[in-house]
Amino acid sequence: MARLYEYQSKEILKKSGIKIPPGRAVHSIDKALVAASQLGYPVVMKVQIWETGRSDKGGVLFANSDEEVRENAKKMFGMRWGDFVVDTILIEKKLSVAEEYFAGIIIDDAQSKPLLIFSSIGGVGVEEIAKKHPDKLSKYYIDYQRGLYSYQAREVARKAGITGKKLLKIGDALSKLYRAMKAYDARSVETNPLALLDNGDVVALDAHIVIDDYGVYRHPELGIEIAREFSRPATELEKIAFNVEKNDYRGTFYFFQMTPDIPKNESFIGFHGAGGGGSMMSMDAVLNAGFKLANFTDTSGNPPSSKVYRAARIILSQPNIVGYFASGSGVASQEQFHSARGFVKAFLEEEIDIPAVLRLGGNYEEKAIEILETYLKDLPVRIEGYGKDDSPDFCANRMRELVSENNKRMHSVKPIKEFKPQGNEYRIKTITGEIYIDHAACDKCEAKPCVTACQYDVLKLEQGRPVLNISPDDAAKGKCTECLACEIACKFNGQKALYINLPIPGLAEYREKVIKKEGA
Amino acid sequence: MAILIDENTRVLVQGITGREGRARARLMKNYGTRIVAGVTPGKGGQAVEGVPVFDTVAEAWDSKGPFDASAIFVPAPLVKEAALEAIESGIKLLLLVPDRVPIHDVLEIADYAKKNNARFIGPNTLGILSPGKAVLGMIGGRAKTAGEWFKPGPVGVTSRSGGITSAMSYYITKSGFGESTIVHVGGDAVVGLPHPEIIKLFEKDPYTKVVVMFGEIGTTQEERVAALIRNGEFTKPLVAFIGGKAAKKGTRFSHAGAIVEGGRGTYESKVEMLRSAGAVVVDKITDIPDAVKTALGG
Repeated sequence: MARLYEYQSKEILKKSGIKIPPGRAVHSIDKALVAASQLGYPVVMKVQIWETGRSDKGGVLFANSDEEVRENAKKMFGMRWGDFVVDTILIEKKLSVAEEYFAGIIIDDAQSKPLLIFSSIGGVGVEEIAKKHPDKLSKYYIDYQRGLYSYQAREVARKAGITGKKLLKIGDALSKLYRAMKAYDARSVETNPLALLDNGDVVALDAHIVIDDYGVYRHPELGIEIAREFSRPATELEKIAFNVEKNDYRGTFYFFQMTPDIPKNESFIGFHGAGGGGSMMSMDAVLNAGFKLANFTDTSGNPPSSKVYRAARIILSQPNIVGYFASGSGVASQEQFHSARGFVKAFLEEEIDIPAVLRLGGNYEEKAIEILETYLKDLPVRIEGYGKDDSPDFCANRMRELVSENNKRMHSVKPIKEFKPQGNEYRIKTITGEIYIDHAACDKCEAKPCVTACQYDVLKLEQGRPVLNISPDDAAKGKCTECLACEIACKFNGQKALYINLPIPGLAEYREKVIKKEGA
Repeated sequence: MAILIDENTRVLVQGITGREGRARARLMKNYGTRIVAGVTPGKGGQAVEGVPVFDTVAEAWDSKGPFDASAIFVPAPLVKEAALEAIESGIKLLLLVPDRVPIHDVLEIADYAKKNNARFIGPNTLGILSPGKAVLGMIGGRAKTAGEWFKPGPVGVTSRSGGITSAMSYYITKSGFGESTIVHVGGDAVVGLPHPEIIKLFEKDPYTKVVVMFGEIGTTQEERVAALIRNGEFTKPLVAFIGGKAAKKGTRFSHAGAIVEGGRGTYESKVEMLRSAGAVVVDKITDIPDAVKTALGG
């Protein structure tokens, strides 16, 4: 669920016809001073974060002069809220408020309908007020086809104790609130307080809107970078990961850093789940085994090997982890060898220095485990594959034993070795990368294992050399699924003539920074 | 006996010519599901896996109807249209397989389905499977493995996670029991037939003697199941497994959610409410077979 800042939420309300206080979002003290003098004193200054309860902790301050604006802004910029650092303040004209209400619309999962909640007492601590004064609160399920008419909204407000002329403006505002929700694919819209001013206007003094992740694609105008529920802005590594996901529609890849700065000598694990429920269950198992989680990752929905490969490389961009743990539900419908090949390519290129436990239970798990055992046996660390009859707890304990055997050695992040083609390779563009084949080397190859390994018949032999068996256009559009079978076959049973380059934009630069920081 | 689907269910596949539709039509057919027609707008006249393809649902119905169910494998942005078309044509059970369907689209589908006495499973579902009879969706991946992993028996399975649906059922089969019907209700916040609805169907199915449920943090599905037990609307033994114990509590963003839910939706709330209603809540997936055995009387 993509959260919007207060100032963005208010823009949406304004576009939907709801009144908001005059104001401006600023990123510096100088701009704060300019905004305040243009608005005219007194002003209210509010830190822009994705949490409620700001006013108790100094996140909402008033100012009557330039001096006070400067003083407040100094306190506010750089303020920490959990992992969140304040870089934006909303400055608004302070208005004369007569009454405060609460209005919110959420989606009720039990009724599969939008649910309007209105309270004639609003402001700080509205949950408590709602408990103590149930007569001041009213709720209304909105019919999806009909929407929320003003007459319906007036009745909702009346039931919460509103009477007289103000019913008209409140009803109008509530009706528009729902229109905003629908127009912007919001999961929830909320204004607390919705205020009645001394001059009779009804104004949204605060606003919170959460956009549905799955509806974000219909709203490029919102500029949402990562359509995921975060309580803080995305880290650089998360942005790199999200770009991978954005550029490859096959399966899903989710990456979240639970601990963005991983301290040394603590048992942090790089976590790679598959599927929501299986990931949750597996997380519980590693935590019970005494580990901490550096990150949460989920590759599911039948992702190609290339996506699993990229996920593994992103996970291994985190320093100081002592192990790599991958586990899903254990009985996956998908063919498990695709993930196995992704791990093989990533771990070989990384020359992985920490042990890994990969629980790849499901369809063709025997083949998946065999792939891991065959191609990763020469690594200096243990990589173990398990199947559906091995429980998450058993695997988590195995992880603990392997980490001990490796003397709890911590992972050090290595630079990304950019692939440098010689220039005369035979090249095939794939959906997210490119295959390079050194045909001179192929001429020395007798087995031609690449062509046999390709289960999708993308490659064929022509005068003893592997070439495309389909049109370049089809290959680039996904007929070549980037299953990595040809590369692994060539590497181990051929002439090491075939390489699939799967770039991850920004990762090399990111790693340089990590290496520099860790070295310091 | 089974719920929702069996060997007689006449199934339409929407999006049958796509990558997923084609692969899953094969699985369903090989498993024994009666796939009678497919629809992909603009591709009428073809055949996929021997199944005739039509341009519209109405056209398919005229030629091959009636249909009892439609399995929908179209890209997420097109799911709403496909579902509304199926409902308008008179299909009463829909399976919405895709992930990432906008929630407002789901609300519109739910509204239209309700007004037309239709039901839907999903979105974001692996599907449903009645062992030995039929599968709708992609549970099991291949007909061969689906045949090995799931066997007919007295255990009803309902789950909010696709992977766990298969995992729980496999462990049940492995310990010598079998399943009446296996349902993945879908992974999203709003789904057509959530746990309480599936539980009510299992209550009515004489063949189902015990139900195994996988719940997750978020939504009120499990709490509502606890209420069904307390009200006497569900009287069979229930074994529940809840995921998300370790999940970090999110920072609070919405007051409205807190006012309405008041603490529901958490791991603790679900476990507490289910236990006090009389359900058996296990801590580990591997504890399920023993709990099932006890529930079935030894």
